[in-house]
Amino acid sequence: MNISGQDLILACSAIGSGLAVIAGIGPGVGQGIAAGYAASAVGRNPGAQGKIMTTMLLGQAVAETTGLYGLLVALLLMFVKPLVG
Amino acid sequence: METILLSSSAGDIDFMIHGLIKYKLFGQTVWITTSHVCILIAFLTLVIFACVAGRKMKRATEVPDGFQNVLELIVETLDGVVEGGMGKNAPVFRNYIETIFIFILFSNLSGLLGLRPPTADYGTTLALALITFVMIHFNKIKNHSAKELWVDLTSPMPAWLPLWLPINVISEIAVPISLSLRLFANVLSGVIIEALLYGMLSKIAYVWPAALHLYFDIFSGAIQTYVFCMLTMTYVNQAVDNEDEEAEA
Repeated sequence: MNISGQDLILACSAIGSGLAVIAGIGPGVGQGIAAGYAASAVGRNPGAQGKIMTTMLLGQAVAETTGLYGLLVALLLMFVKPLVG
Repeated sequence: METILLSSSAGDIDFMIHGLIKYKLFGQTVWITTSHVCILIAFLTLVIFACVAGRKMKRATEVPDGFQNVLELIVETLDGVVEGGMGKNAPVFRNYIETIFIFILFSNLSGLLGLRPPTADYGTTLALALITFVMIHFNKIKNHSAKELWVDLTSPMPAWLPLWLPINVISEIAVPISLSLRLFANVLSGVIIEALLYGMLSKIAYVWPAALHLYFDIFSGAIQTYVFCMLTMTYVNQAVDNEDEEAEA
């Protein structure tokens, strides 16, 4: 079997894009913590549910960004293939 | 090679931007892409909507009916959002923030109409974020003296020791980048997942993908629109706020 340099780069890009989406762990944990605290906040003060919901969603949307950076790197490696000359 | 990287049925998967017309500008080859067409469609739709709304509001009645109700609801809701985000600075920036809110929201929702959302092109979101960037710095320079700006750039170190200057400059430059990438990546991830679904499971993709559209197009699109406008408002508000004025008030 003959593996050229370009094949090796493509194979490593695929592995690298898989590794890049591991970045999704962080936002997952963060969003879970935010949702957990929001739930306990609603438990303590059910009247403020609307406001808590908005704040939680806003915070989660911002926290999601780091995970999306990982996704972006993965997509670049898979489809744009910047390392292949 | 492509077919090895993706699975064998990957031929139908299509979420890329396509070039339509090629032309030369200052020696560079420039493309008119599908994003331009989608932006044009969004733009024309909103302009027509605005014209119709303007004609309706010229003949506005004391007791609103039908269409006027809808228009008043939209404007009042957006006014409430800007009021909540900017407080006393709201009247100055209301027009701009509400305009980009409607534009981004329509762009994100246009995936439902079969368009490729214009916000899934980095060019669009970067342009929007650069407008925000210019607004931030224009208002900073307008409302602060040179000394205040320098102290702000060198904080938390004293003003005569600009050790933190590079880090503060980088954090200023990171604002439009993170702002645009957040919106872009969110919309793009939705576009890609829908394209993968329709490309790979095209034989059984009936009715149930509506749930995905509900999440990625409507829910995520609306949230990201709100986040973009909220962050723009927060940054601009920080730039406008003058400590002297607050001390007087």
